Amino acid sequence: MGPRLDGSTMTDHGITGGVHSAPFQAWLAPVARRAEAVVLPLMALLVGFAVFSLFLVVQGKSPAEFFGLVYKAGFGTAFSWQNTLSRTAPLLFAALCVALPARLGLVVIGGEGAIVLGGLTAGVLGVALAGLPAALALPVMVAGAAVIGGLWIGTVGALRYFRGVNETIASLLMAYIAIALMNHLVEGPFRDPASLNKPSTAPLTDALRVGDIPGWDVHWGLLVGVVACVFSWALIDRTTWGFAARIAGGNVGAAQVQGLPVGRLILGFTALGGAFAGLAGFFEVTAVHGSANASLASGYGYTGILIAFLARHNPLAIIPVAILLAGFEASSGLVQRRMDLPDATTLVLQGIVFVAILISDTFYGRFRIFAPERWSKP
Amino acid sequence: MPMHPFTRRGFLRSGAALAGAAAVSPLSMRPAAAAGDLTVGFIYVGPKDDFGYNQAHAEGAAAIKAIEGITVVEEENVAETTDVQKTMESMINFDGASLLFPTSFGYFDPHILEVAPKYPDVRFEHSGGLWSADKHPSNVGSYFGYIGMGQYLNGVAAGHATKTKKIGFVAAKPIPQVLLNINSFLLGARSVDPSITCQVIFTGEWSMAVREAEATNALADGGADVITCHVDGPKVVMETAASRGAFLCGYHADQSPLAPDMYLTGAEWNWAQVYTDMINKTLAGEPIDNFVRGGLADGFIKMSPLGPAVSDASRAQFEATKAEIMKGGFAVIKGPLKDNAGNVIAAEGQAFAETDVTLESMDYLVEGVIGSTS
Repeated sequence: MGPRLDGSTMTDHGITGGVHSAPFQAWLAPVARRAEAVVLPLMALLVGFAVFSLFLVVQGKSPAEFFGLVYKAGFGTAFSWQNTLSRTAPLLFAALCVALPARLGLVVIGGEGAIVLGGLTAGVLGVALAGLPAALALPVMVAGAAVIGGLWIGTVGALRYFRGVNETIASLLMAYIAIALMNHLVEGPFRDPASLNKPSTAPLTDALRVGDIPGWDVHWGLLVGVVACVFSWALIDRTTWGFAARIAGGNVGAAQVQGLPVGRLILGFTALGGAFAGLAGFFEVTAVHGSANASLASGYGYTGILIAFLARHNPLAIIPVAILLAGFEASSGLVQRRMDLPDATTLVLQGIVFVAILISDTFYGRFRIFAPERWSKP
Repeated sequence: MPMHPFTRRGFLRSGAALAGAAAVSPLSMRPAAAAGDLTVGFIYVGPKDDFGYNQAHAEGAAAIKAIEGITVVEEENVAETTDVQKTMESMINFDGASLLFPTSFGYFDPHILEVAPKYPDVRFEHSGGLWSADKHPSNVGSYFGYIGMGQYLNGVAAGHATKTKKIGFVAAKPIPQVLLNINSFLLGARSVDPSITCQVIFTGEWSMAVREAEATNALADGGADVITCHVDGPKVVMETAASRGAFLCGYHADQSPLAPDMYLTGAEWNWAQVYTDMINKTLAGEPIDNFVRGGLADGFIKMSPLGPAVSDASRAQFEATKAEIMKGGFAVIKGPLKDNAGNVIAAEGQAFAETDVTLESMDYLVEGVIGSTS
């Protein structure tokens, strides 16, 4: 049974005189556990909204109007959905860069660095390979972005495993290095001389631009991001590698005693997360900007941290949470314009929800309704 | 910020954007949806009370709110990503905006160029871009001002105020617009005393308060006693420099409230006039030119009022130089002139007037500027 249960096993209760029969509980317990994993974050979200509503009321603003605008601008019209979904793609990748290492108990918050360097790599390779057919050049650009992103965050994992360097601080500081490196290269060796007042790499040819999903105003990065989330879920939930990672994340000592390859797991999961972040950069350059420049560092990596924590590092849950957060961001402009609230309002909402989710983590296993084996106890 | 009241009315509560706007706006109590009604959207890359680039544009936006039939919608802190594309479309779809001013340089390519073809009835006016007829959509225009002239006048005031003969410049990035400002500032000072030098420090970012403060302190440590800058928000540079006892020359907007005694003058944008002209043309049904440039004489830029520390001699030369610039054809970059690596920029008798397009691809620092573009 899962580690979230209170330590006792179900057979104990079955034998020691529960009212319910043991087989009944046997199928009920996992269901209850999943219900707990859905209900608690939802409750936390509602509590967060309630606290945020208080914040609005204190300022003399109407919470109803606020949430009405969020709905309208984030989800209410076809344009709103396209707005929301086109912001979702980079967030999916950025959240995976946090969620995958998190399954090993590592808190990596520097995905921004891998996004920036992945984008730079895609931009530079795109210029170098401009003569090749797109069918050859694009895969090389994808691979380059993923490898550089993977190396960057994989280095964080290596520093952790081999040298004991705190991965949270290392990844954050390395993100600053990545941004500085990108700025240096874009303003120096890789600068297109024609990019006068906005230093950039040379523009990609049209053949190397990734387009929109037919019929939508949303680029292909969204679909690839969803596939990446499903893939990551399958890796964690359906493979022995994922199982081993979850063991190591729960108790490194136990995992080592069992002979699990903790080092390779740490390197593999951090590198995979970094590779996904690198893909976010690839899509930013090929689908949005058309060249690599300072606009690559626009904070997706940091929003990804929030999404991964809200999704409790479950890659499947990342999909709806990323869409929700993208909807908040899509609506922040309309909220600013209609309610005269500052841009930071959305950040306040995100911050309050984040704290509510963190607090809700302490409530797992505290509600008897989610623990069928305890229903019979007084 | 009491001296910059950007209060926006609580308009647009109903969903029907245009009709709603006309009905709620206190300026249009007459029957709604008159032919002249126009919703104008302003988009800023940073906060609109930053004492700098964004505030200068927001002051322009505030000026046109007073025009009858105009509804202004504004959004600040909009990133140069998908974010700005969707903000433009949101203003068009939800607010009924038909004239947009996305004001940050990085909004132009690819973002405005991506969105504009989808909305041929909407006009996109961009600050700083180089619109060209054969490459860009006809519903896009770009406008900018010759603010290097303002930095030259800053330099004149600085040249009189400096005692150490060292002046300082905190710069964001070594790009043409910034390099022209640095060179102009030094050459203005050298028109007072040819022995003056200017130390420049690049922070590498448009908005990075910590590095701007460090750079300012480093300039003061090196003996610079007049400091100016070209970053998005000059507030940190101005306050830090004043606390170190250096005189200030402002940029983008009027920073004199930050340190009234130390503020000499400043090179300001005068977007209020530019925007009012554009709005009046639009309301009258006349087209706006796709490529608009202007200087001090055209009212695109203006100088902050001279501060109390400016001497009479300084004032006299400042006013004389200003009058010279107002006549038009004034050249800051003129021969004989070398860059600070010894290469000849302009031979004897050669001059680049403010309107010269080659100045928009400047890649050098002139002799007397201490610093490097790479």
